[in-house]
Amino acid sequence: MSEGIGARVTRKEDKRFITGKGKYTDDIRMENQAYAAFVRSPHAHATVKSIDASAAEAMEGVIEVLNGAQLTGDEIGNIICGWAITSKDGSPMNMGAWSALATEKVRYVGDAVAVVIAETQALARLAAEAVEVEYDELPAVAFAEKALQAGAPEIHDNAPGNLIYDWEIGEEAATDAALAGAAHVTEMEITNNRLSPNPMEPRSAVATYDESEEHYTLYTTSQNPHVARLVLSAFYNVAPEHKLRVIAPDVGGGFGSKIYIYPEEITCLWASMRTGRSVKWTSDRSEAFMTDAHGRDHVSTAKMGFDADGKIVGFKVDTIANFGAYMSLFSSAVPTYLYATLLSGQYNISNIHCNVRAVYTNTVPIDAYRGAGRPEACYAIERMMETAARELNMDPGELRRRNFIGEFPHETPVIMTYDAGDFDGNLDKALAAANVTGFAERKAEAASRGKLRGLGYSCYIEACGIAPSAAVGSLGAGVGLWESAEVRVNPVGTIEILTGSHSHGQGHETTFAQIVAERFSIPIDNVQIVHGDTDKVQFGMGTYGSRSGAVGMSAIVKAMDKVEAKVKKIAAHTLEASEDDIVIEGGEVKVAGTDKAMGWHEVGLAAYTGHNLPDGMEPGLKEGAFYDPVNFTFPAGAYICEVEVDPDTGVTEIVQFTAADDFGTIINPMIVEGQVHGGVAQGIGQAMLEQVVYDDDGQLITGSYMDYCMPRADDVPFYTIEHNTTVCPGNPLGIKGCGEAGAIGAPPAVINAITDAIGTNDLQMPATPQAVWTALQSVQTPMAAE
Amino acid sequence: MYQTKYHKSNSVDDAVAALAAAEEGKILSGGQTLIPTMKQHLAAPTDLVDVRGVEAMQGVCMDGDTVVIGAATCHADVAGNAHVREHIPGLAALAGGIGDPAVRAMGTIGGSLANNDPAADYPSAVLGLGATVVTNSREIAADDFFDGMFATALEESEIITSIRFPKPGRAAYAKFPNPASRYAMVGVFVTETGGSVRVAVTGAGEDGVFRHDGLETALSSDFSEGAVDGVAVDAEGMLSDIHASDAYRAHLVKVMAKRAVAAAG
Repeated sequence: MSEGIGARVTRKEDKRFITGKGKYTDDIRMENQAYAAFVRSPHAHATVKSIDASAAEAMEGVIEVLNGAQLTGDEIGNIICGWAITSKDGSPMNMGAWSALATEKVRYVGDAVAVVIAETQALARLAAEAVEVEYDELPAVAFAEKALQAGAPEIHDNAPGNLIYDWEIGEEAATDAALAGAAHVTEMEITNNRLSPNPMEPRSAVATYDESEEHYTLYTTSQNPHVARLVLSAFYNVAPEHKLRVIAPDVGGGFGSKIYIYPEEITCLWASMRTGRSVKWTSDRSEAFMTDAHGRDHVSTAKMGFDADGKIVGFKVDTIANFGAYMSLFSSAVPTYLYATLLSGQYNISNIHCNVRAVYTNTVPIDAYRGAGRPEACYAIERMMETAARELNMDPGELRRRNFIGEFPHETPVIMTYDAGDFDGNLDKALAAANVTGFAERKAEAASRGKLRGLGYSCYIEACGIAPSAAVGSLGAGVGLWESAEVRVNPVGTIEILTGSHSHGQGHETTFAQIVAERFSIPIDNVQIVHGDTDKVQFGMGTYGSRSGAVGMSAIVKAMDKVEAKVKKIAAHTLEASEDDIVIEGGEVKVAGTDKAMGWHEVGLAAYTGHNLPDGMEPGLKEGAFYDPVNFTFPAGAYICEVEVDPDTGVTEIVQFTAADDFGTIINPMIVEGQVHGGVAQGIGQAMLEQVVYDDDGQLITGSYMDYCMPRADDVPFYTIEHNTTVCPGNPLGIKGCGEAGAIGAPPAVINAITDAIGTNDLQMPATPQAVWTALQSVQTPMAAE
Repeated sequence: MYQTKYHKSNSVDDAVAALAAAEEGKILSGGQTLIPTMKQHLAAPTDLVDVRGVEAMQGVCMDGDTVVIGAATCHADVAGNAHVREHIPGLAALAGGIGDPAVRAMGTIGGSLANNDPAADYPSAVLGLGATVVTNSREIAADDFFDGMFATALEESEIITSIRFPKPGRAAYAKFPNPASRYAMVGVFVTETGGSVRVAVTGAGEDGVFRHDGLETALSSDFSEGAVDGVAVDAEGMLSDIHASDAYRAHLVKVMAKRAVAAAG
């Protein structure tokens, strides 16, 4: 069927987006709406001595100025972290208090201490400047390694030495022994640079309190409105769940940064109750750089041992993870269960050990960002593999092949069980598409033009479809990670799908409709996807970790199974046939091999009129399901990057980028390719362009696009994309997930290519022209004496 | 606190009078720097005097062998102007490489010069071509105009009206853009006229645009890429920031000088 699984259906939602008719949070205008502006700390670390809002409150049009003492006085709870990690000595993580408005102390530049509510946005911002806050500055620390040093400023009283946890996975003694007995050991220092998420739409919230109903409504830029409602209700004491409606309307990108419930949403809700006004806040880009949760920021040392045949015998990693000033919602899980559990990569490794120290610093909180832990793992493994191949004088593809896992299921020493894959097949496809055999010729031709050409590989694996609820619960998660769906067949046969997933660019309105169209043999235009409103949709867990295909659509399938069973009963009853003989095809429900049939819409009508249903059957045609995954899913692939470096300037051009991915079943190849394009672009951004920079005092240097380098269209190449499908055995559609793969697989491919080109491995991300030029100096003029 | 009064001027005299009457006035000539700065509350002029509509400050004409560009001419118009393209193609190319199309449609040459951003492109052309900056009250030689970062020889209430560019023998500009902002991290404008060479560098110097004596001397005797190799460009006095160290900038000055020489032909 042309609109079903595997069809390149153009996106249903694009008409409204490309004609400017999308409805985003900032487009919402409530009656009686006022505006919030936050008074933010200019210091990275300071005690708050006093807040004088009298000048601001005297300004005409200022409704109220509220502070942290009032917030805590109203018993608004501290911001939580939803995943408890236990240190290797058995102690719980050291979590410092995070109030939506700081009371005694500020801990990063941008930490909010007060909020102004005023009649206009401009006035609110002006008044915020007029609030006088007296600070006593304290020494600050911005870098995780420095924060661990003796004598470093301590950021939270209950986190001595700024250490949040000291966690490990795998067998250390066995890994040490394996490394000691290895024929060759590759060692590296690896930095995974700090990134700012930069979704196109900045965060925004509009909160309304209805005093007569004691009911709150929050429109907000969220990837998971039900989770937001749960947390706002259960932990922040804003309102009980049934008195709080959270709506995430059109959302313009998230990349993880809109999973979390930030101080601003909490404050807007509380302020709407305090002032009796609807309160809107919309971040500007400067505020986004200063307050949106950042990503990555790991510093690691890694050792990988090989036997004489090039087989990996052990892999040991020691990682320091920067958490910023407070523990954000998922922060604790990122450098542990989303990172270290992937350190086996695509390889059969018997001994792995990873130690992770999580550290407070005076910077913006860090949490999951597209890939969330898996890019950090993939980067470490794939830089090690390429480096080892060079040291062992082996072809990098061959070294990987000798270590590829070939039999499934495969249990790694870091608690993952890979269910399916074809790693050789992925690499074969990538090698052929990238024409690797012609590389030597291309390199020679580039050299004739004075350019250095290099080739880099990355064979990534990641874990998506997060995750079996009991398993994550046993590892410390505070929630289950199932998904829900409801299928409502209307009396005229059109269908509404209520999903707990949330689309903020992923194209759910199209792909979800495609699986429904395929199952019930109806046009996708007859299917409406409803999401993002806690008053409309049953509780759901939302969209992150590339889970909406593998988990969200599986819930829809389960609900459709129930609908189909009822449809067949009704049709069998009406057509006087056996249920087993009923098939749904061509827009009809019919008795197989006969001309006895009902139109699809006639079944719907029969269900709702209830005039002639089987004995005891309830009228109506609406079914719900909750789907709890049996395992993670494991997308994997082989990426090959080819670059040309200009040795005069250090400028790198990506001349070819080949991605061969195994995403399992693909519903809409066009949308999947778009995800690869976007993910690889973000991966290239991390590898070559993007870097959040703080100075030693914790001041944010990259506070705008003047200094933070986002990828532009001319920074990225045209991509060559291949698919090599092995079906995921763990879910009904066989889906693995594709949303983050590009951002996970691309960075090591790029850096491996550049280091191949320049002939030195001494290069960290981002490989800016300056970084590449500097690395080249050590190679080209080892004894430089100018 | 951030209120500002907008004046639309029809003549240079209008603009001078409005500026003189203002408590803390600013000329608005495209506003591609000033308006974002005001939005961030980093500047708060009481009055904005818009000169983009002043006809006498618009367009390009020839005065003998001199190309005269009105100060309120936008970058796109300079880039596309037939006189500029014929007589100083390197200047047309420079103008066509400033910012993006929206910036080029709004920003003006006079605005850029008066602001003298150390990473702006135009100052290198004015200095490199030995142009003359004409104001409402006098003519200022390029060598006397630029006075360090964001500073010029302009007096309070003095308005640039046009810039006079003598037609060079050959000239070209080579820019290494900052990867994030795409302003010049290093930009080198090279001019050769009758054996005399001027080399102006923007984006790199701690004191804004400057001429490089060593490069000028070497290229005066041999206008070739190879001549650049023997020149020492000192890192001392170069800007150093997260995008480029002083040493990297000093190196790029040589690379961009070579590329400008090659482009000049």
